[in-house]
Amino acid sequence: MTEPHLLPMPKGDRRLILSAGALLILLALLPLVAPAQAIDKLTQLGIYVLLAVMWNLLAGYAGLVSVGQQAFVGLGGYAMVRLVEAGLGPFPALVLAPFLVALVAWPLAWFVLRLRLGEFAIAMWVIAEVFRGLVMFDPLVQGETGTSVLALNAIDADTRRLAIYLLSLVAASAALAGSFVLLRGRLGAEAQAIRDDEEAAASVGVSTFRVKRLIFVAAAAGCALAGTLWLASAITFQPRTGFGIQWTVFMLFMVLTGGLGTFLGPVVGAVLLMGLQEAFGDFGAWYLFGVGALSVAFALALPGGLVGLWSARRGREPLSMRRRLSAGEG
Amino acid sequence: MQALLSGQGLVKSFGRLRAVDGVDIAVHPGEALGIVGPNGAGKTTLFGALAGAFPLSAGTIRLDGAAITALPAARRCALGIARTHQIPRPFLGLSVFENVQVAARAGGALDADASVGTAAGILSRTGLHDLANRPAGALGLLDRKRLELARALATQPRVLLLDEIGGGLTEAELEQLVALILGLKAQGLTIVWIEHILHALLQVIDRLVCMAQGRVLAEGAPQTVMADAQVRAAYLGSDPE
Repeated sequence: MTEPHLLPMPKGDRRLILSAGALLILLALLPLVAPAQAIDKLTQLGIYVLLAVMWNLLAGYAGLVSVGQQAFVGLGGYAMVRLVEAGLGPFPALVLAPFLVALVAWPLAWFVLRLRLGEFAIAMWVIAEVFRGLVMFDPLVQGETGTSVLALNAIDADTRRLAIYLLSLVAASAALAGSFVLLRGRLGAEAQAIRDDEEAAASVGVSTFRVKRLIFVAAAAGCALAGTLWLASAITFQPRTGFGIQWTVFMLFMVLTGGLGTFLGPVVGAVLLMGLQEAFGDFGAWYLFGVGALSVAFALALPGGLVGLWSARRGREPLSMRRRLSAGEG
Repeated sequence: MQALLSGQGLVKSFGRLRAVDGVDIAVHPGEALGIVGPNGAGKTTLFGALAGAFPLSAGTIRLDGAAITALPAARRCALGIARTHQIPRPFLGLSVFENVQVAARAGGALDADASVGTAAGILSRTGLHDLANRPAGALGLLDRKRLELARALATQPRVLLLDEIGGGLTEAELEQLVALILGLKAQGLTIVWIEHILHALLQVIDRLVCMAQGRVLAEGAPQTVMADAQVRAAYLGSDPE
């Protein structure tokens, strides 16, 4: 008998990763042929994927259900506005702002991660509102009025579109690849242990606070990056939009319909959200209401989401985080 | 001889209830200590206090003579204190193997490669090998109890706190469990075992503590403690035979 070892990644998963790589190259070349409007939509899709991956990392793998992630989306946009005001170019500001937001999230983690479940969820929402209120006091933002990153207008429109598209593509792929590596390692197993039973996790030696903080700060930075990418394409920063609850509604929708705690769920959910937005986006508030209702319906009737359905049919989750031991059945 | 793990003047109050009410306890290296007592005597609360599941109301806990009272549970686990839970608490979303491996890496400080071999060995030893890749949520009670033990062992403990690990087992399963625990003891592992199934407990332990109402009622050689009139009244609730 051979030594016990981990089974290699299933062939299907390896094929999936190779196809994803090929798709990425195609997407990077797409601006050569695709119309500007399509590129803008795909930019938006990239931002949605990034947001959904972050929320899934928090809620699906670490059990941290936040309804206040818009705090970091908005803060990312605001940090970019301030960095540009300080004289930085818009694209360096776009990349640097998420790191500043991570610096804010780090000490914040110390307070909010002591709270459990519903308390944590609500605290995050309150924090988002507090951030919005504080940002509105900034004379640059002028309350509800907001401000524009006019430096972006100095860049030729086609160049700007291409740059933001590629950045959003890189951000979404990096979030997926990064979380894949992170979750398949020790940290992923520890996070899931905490999600399942925090006290038991501590009793087998998991430094629960350290693990949760790492994921919290990473997700904050990821959401901030989504905020700066959004601002780069929208140009105007308004507190009501930047810190809007709709970000959380979208994240919840994408993760719940795609599959909470599944690796591909956020991607599936993001594509679904884009599709719905194309079809029903003109209905305004009713559209948002429908998105919310559909999230609830999925949570109740199909808690594994679309990827869960797919896994059940195939008997295995695609790109599962599970490490399998060589011997033993099942 | 210095105690491996000890508690002095341990008190844990929940509101007005003093679940543990001034307990002194010590276990020496290589020793197997049994704890008996009626339900509500504070046995599980005592384990929680030793393992760091919650802060104490009063008292000092020492490992190798050094106070560890202020250390969180994860740090105590890393120093070699492992526990099982009376009602098993598996990580339901992880596989059986992953449950054990995460403990080997976090509490046992093993690297990725070493943790695989160690976890596989422990799964064989606890009879879970064939279920390694099953989700822990799919296990029945007996296998969940085995998983509690496997996970605790994976943290490479120096002292193992077993909380009613024998409850609900058949006679044959109990025999296997006793053999396993005796094997661990023979390897030099220090054991503290809370158990109601006396004939199993008595096969393993060197010394016995009886608790009632948050206090230590009697302590000493197992037969002496079990013969104690106070113990018989509190624990067995009646006269012998």
